Amino acid sequence: MIKFNQVNKRYPGGYQALKNVTFDIAEGEMVFLTGHSGAGKSTLLKLIAAIERPNLGSVLVNNQNVGVLKERALPYLRRNLGIIFQDHKLLFDRSAFDNVMLPLQICGFDYRESHKRARAALDKVGLLKREKSSPIALSGGEQQRLCIARAIVNRPAILLADEPTGNLDAEYAHEIMAIFKSFHQVGVTLLISTHDESVLQDTGVRVLNLRQGELQPASPFATSGGSGQAASTGSGQA
Amino acid sequence: MRHALAQITGVLRRMFESKLAGSINILVIGIALSLPAGMYVLLQNAQGLVAQISGAPQISLFLDMDAKTDDADNLGKQLALHPTIASVEFVARAQALEQLKQSTGLADVIGGLNRNPLPDAFIVHPKPGTAQSLDALRVELAKLPKVEQAQLDSAWAYKLEALLKFGRMLVLILAGLLSLALVAVTFNTIRLQILTQREEIEVAKLIGATNGFIRRPFLYFGALQGLLGGIAAWLIISLSLLLLNWQLSALSELYASQFALHPLSPGDSLTLLLFSMYLGWLGAWLSVARHLSQIELR
Repeated sequence: MIKFNQVNKRYPGGYQALKNVTFDIAEGEMVFLTGHSGAGKSTLLKLIAAIERPNLGSVLVNNQNVGVLKERALPYLRRNLGIIFQDHKLLFDRSAFDNVMLPLQICGFDYRESHKRARAALDKVGLLKREKSSPIALSGGEQQRLCIARAIVNRPAILLADEPTGNLDAEYAHEIMAIFKSFHQVGVTLLISTHDESVLQDTGVRVLNLRQGELQPASPFATSGGSGQAASTGSGQA
Repeated sequence: MRHALAQITGVLRRMFESKLAGSINILVIGIALSLPAGMYVLLQNAQGLVAQISGAPQISLFLDMDAKTDDADNLGKQLALHPTIASVEFVARAQALEQLKQSTGLADVIGGLNRNPLPDAFIVHPKPGTAQSLDALRVELAKLPKVEQAQLDSAWAYKLEALLKFGRMLVLILAGLLSLALVAVTFNTIRLQILTQREEIEVAKLIGATNGFIRRPFLYFGALQGLLGGIAAWLIISLSLLLLNWQLSALSELYASQFALHPLSPGDSLTLLLFSMYLGWLGAWLSVARHLSQIELR
């Protein structure tokens, strides 16, 4: 579903964000991406959504080389992805409901169908009662859940989450992880980046660990975090 | 379809939010457009007037004061046979004096004259021709015996026509320049809008909006602003004509004539509105093409 092959990303100015990153995520898999801030997690996610392009190597999503996609084709790639942004990127000039409606408007869904879907997505993250609120009136955890609702409303096959529990307290973080697990159960492919190993406890999912742009052969954070089951992936494994 | 409607209502909402700035923009566009369009209306009126007066050019042939009735008869026969003359009308001097008395209300003054100062005259209706051919005919007729003077009545109309051509060119230049100004105003408005909606554009791009989807509301806005500007221009012109006609009616009463400026015709009104709408759309399109690509995704 997502395949990185010898991917290098260097930003203008010479900063090398990713070095020779190679991995493969199967359809329906749930994978965590860990590492300190600045390790290249966000860059890796941006490469999948073609927000950034690799300098070397190929990024395949659904067997499509997104690194060389034409500008015109990008919108259709992104419609298959649900992205949960680190900074939420919610629009404060409209209600929570309208924020969730946006992806459906963009895809040109039937109006009545969109209404149903938007409400279903809000219900899924427990925000149906707050649909008329402005995002600014929502708490940090609620904003994060609203961002999830927007990411899932057009039922993407792949969900990317950048630090979804970044600045939430443990209780909220677990709530959000529970939501992700429920998506995993219905077959959605998930890639979730986090610097917070505590959420990895008892998850038993695969972990990709980045350190200074390189994929680590074993994941010291996951093991020291107490989750011995977390399978690590070497850069050679595909 | 409903989504497009939602986009349009979004555009309207945004327009009403910026009441002051928006109405100033519309006023600027309206004034800019009303100048050339108003001049055009005045020109149309002048042209109508010219056409009315000079519809059939005629040559007045005044005979010598000492010409006899025989001379006039001979000349009449001669003129009737001329190949470029359609018809000839004889106006005897007594008849001319009578007409003068009746039409100008100068009966008292004329009655005081002890002799008729007017000569016999022919009114010659030439066959349709160019200004040059008419003038050639006038020169030819002036050389005939017993003819004192030949006067081409529509000569001034040709001069006016040339003046109108000059006026039309002026309108065209003015319209071109002010259209450019309209495009520039819209360009700038849209640029500011793109800046303030940067976040929204970025998010929309990130979740899969095509450029067309992002562009559309700005194009709607530009077209709508142009249309409202066009309506403002139309109102300015109509109101100005109303005021001018009010003054004109007082003036024409003094001259005992009926004269009023005609407003913009429905066709011209429609052209004005469509044109201003198109210019607004064009300004928005240029602005969007220039500024949307500058928004980098983070």
